[in-house]
Amino acid sequence: MTVKVSSQVLAGATVVALEGEINSTTSGGLQSQLLSFIGRGSVVLIDLTGISYISSAGLRTLLIVHRHAQQWDAEITLVGLSEEVSFVMSATGFLDFFRIAEDLDAELERAGR
Amino acid sequence: MSTQDIRERIDAFPTHRIGPYRVRAGRPFPYGATPVPGGVNFSVYSDGADTMSLVLFERGATQPSAELEFPPEFRTGSVYAMTVFGLDAENLEYGFRADGPFDPERGDRFDAGKVLSDPYARLISGRAVWGREPDWDNVYHYRAQVLNDDFDWGGDRPLRIPAEDLVIYETHVRGFTRHPSSKVSAPGTYAGMREKIPYLQELGVNCLELLPVFEFDELDNPRTDPVTGERLYNYWGYNTVSFFAPKAGYAATGPFGMQADEFKSLVKELHKAGIEVILDVVFNHTAEGNEQGPTISFRGLDNATYYMLTPRGEYYNFSGTGNTVNCNHPVVRDFVLSCLRHWVAEYHIDGFRFDLAAILDRAPDGTPLPNPPLLEQLAHDPILRHTKLIAEAWDAAGLYQVGNFPNYGRWSEWNGKYRDTVRRFVKGEPGLVGELATRMAGSPDLYQGRTSSASVNFITAHDGFSLADLVSYNDKHNEANGENNNDGANDNNSWNCGEEGPSASSHIRRLRVRQMKNLLTILLTSQGIPMILAGDEVGRTQLGNNNTYCQDNELSWFDWGLVEAHAELLRFVTLLIAFRHAHPVLRSSDHPTGTDRVGSGYPDVSWHGVRAWAPDWADHGRVLAMMRCGRHAKGGSVDDDHVYVAVNAHWEAHDLELPALPHGQRWHLFADTGAAVHPPGAEPELQHPGRYHLGPHSAVVLVGRAAHQTSA
Repeated sequence: MTVKVSSQVLAGATVVALEGEINSTTSGGLQSQLLSFIGRGSVVLIDLTGISYISSAGLRTLLIVHRHAQQWDAEITLVGLSEEVSFVMSATGFLDFFRIAEDLDAELERAGR
Repeated sequence: MSTQDIRERIDAFPTHRIGPYRVRAGRPFPYGATPVPGGVNFSVYSDGADTMSLVLFERGATQPSAELEFPPEFRTGSVYAMTVFGLDAENLEYGFRADGPFDPERGDRFDAGKVLSDPYARLISGRAVWGREPDWDNVYHYRAQVLNDDFDWGGDRPLRIPAEDLVIYETHVRGFTRHPSSKVSAPGTYAGMREKIPYLQELGVNCLELLPVFEFDELDNPRTDPVTGERLYNYWGYNTVSFFAPKAGYAATGPFGMQADEFKSLVKELHKAGIEVILDVVFNHTAEGNEQGPTISFRGLDNATYYMLTPRGEYYNFSGTGNTVNCNHPVVRDFVLSCLRHWVAEYHIDGFRFDLAAILDRAPDGTPLPNPPLLEQLAHDPILRHTKLIAEAWDAAGLYQVGNFPNYGRWSEWNGKYRDTVRRFVKGEPGLVGELATRMAGSPDLYQGRTSSASVNFITAHDGFSLADLVSYNDKHNEANGENNNDGANDNNSWNCGEEGPSASSHIRRLRVRQMKNLLTILLTSQGIPMILAGDEVGRTQLGNNNTYCQDNELSWFDWGLVEAHAELLRFVTLLIAFRHAHPVLRSSDHPTGTDRVGSGYPDVSWHGVRAWAPDWADHGRVLAMMRCGRHAKGGSVDDDHVYVAVNAHWEAHDLELPALPHGQRWHLFADTGAAVHPPGAEPELQHPGRYHLGPHSAVVLVGRAAHQTSA
């Protein structure tokens, strides 16, 4: 089982759309894929609209990617969090680490300015 | 999970094969399950087992997917350790199967038919949703899981608020927000509690003491409510199943196995708000009960080590719950110490309150020890060095150690004598003026040679009447607990103010509010650490039930509607707490001596009656006033105002003569429990500088400072 990853560059930002479940079986592969989008100063939007569930291991993967991005002065923003994903991230404190955007288009406009 | 960065270690490769599993000899330390490069390390101690197996389950599966017997070469001393590679830790539940002798007279109760929970499990599933009926035929109920202890704390650490500056607020994770009126997104959980931090901040408490959060089984109560027939619970949780694991049923994310992160996140946010976290911990007994109880873990691993046994191998019952943990056995000491270190190092917990702590100083045969090694060890441990240690200094078998609990200069005690004296004085009993003075001064009679924070002062706690019930009931009303009102304490020192239970009389209702304020006024102006029971600040009632251990319902839950309904009481308590924080003279760590130690012309504490400088210590006396000289605050190191507290437990009003202040200073009114309360720093000057008319059953708090000054 894998998470489907598709990416495109829009308004200077890399938008990475994910689809599936991020759990202990899928997170290892996903982590190396996500890290490949991160370079010095890059702007990455991770679109989680297609993600139905993120497990404990999955949340850790996102935080590891975020920590790598910080080392590279890159900026990661999460968009499209479902209510449940958002609640779990909030209850466990993971939400506090990330930039969260409600709306992809508005975020792209911001990134493009 | 990626482990590639540290794959370079040579022990990241298996050396053996057991069936389809690749394994190698593990590390004996730490005990329990620890993620290591490429796998998970399992380590378990058992002195008497002949063989030991690791039992693996897929998450939620009824039957094990594998059993891996520890090869003899994987055993060091009495510790079995094995690293298993290629496991999906997130979807794994594990236990142990220990085979050995069943010979109760010699203390052995091995049972190879049972899957045993890991005593060091960091995470437990099986009761992840509070109150949900499990499959009772399941072969394994409290299922150990592997935890990644990698929470990102940022810069957080325990707060180290000086003990004498604490205002403790005792509460229950579920009860605090379970009531629908809480309006939080996840009622009854750690996450729900986090949403109420602003309330706690506004109230002004700086320490939360949580009833047990170690994994327990709320369903282990067989009783039902005799009237409604509804199930009764083990709601309080004083029956630990797993000492290293936070209760999953208290986490909104428990079903996802994220209770550790959720609880840590709560602690981190509380710390950000300047609030410490003390855990109520129960090391005196376990959920395994007596000979008839379930075999969960310890009994099947090393019964004679973990429990105090009679010479005939029966369980001693100093805890009143069936068994007694053998706390001063070297192996058990190590267990308790590791557990507490775990909660401090991994969860940033600021302190512990030890349930029935007198048991912790009993020898394996039950004899109280003068120098109990466990208590000494906890007092001097490097990780616990600045952790608050609070003893409930008695047990269920008659050992009462309030005032003489072995303390090593470190331990504080729940001061049961403080509670009893203040209750009895305020209800109007004679002959208590002298003892009340001693209690308000930090109980130097009990704690001579120790700091005044040796005394945790309280009027009410989870166990007993709530404050509103203390002034509304003469007798307990525990019928709903299903034991014909035989459970719970009979000595409550309560007074219903004229009518048992709810009253339509406005006179009685006003008197009750005043009595609640009187009690809280004494509590928050006494030296020592004050502890408030959650909900008392808004007059929460349990309808006279003084033992709600089993009531998971409105009797126990915090009704947030009371915040509006009792706004005036809440304002009073909030300002009283603010007053304590504003006045270091109330929070010195040394006991007052009644002498002038700084040349201020006033003793650090002085006692007064209806006449200044003339306390009435006689048996019939029912008025006591205490003056604290601000120049003595914190040993004379800071300058504070004078504070005067008078309590009239008499049914008549009295005209009090006030002690004269230094030239240029005047008395200002902070609070009168029968009249007004003012924000600290904005107290109005008394119209009559030398007298105060104090109503019946009332208390007054005055501050003495320069005239015409409006802020402190």
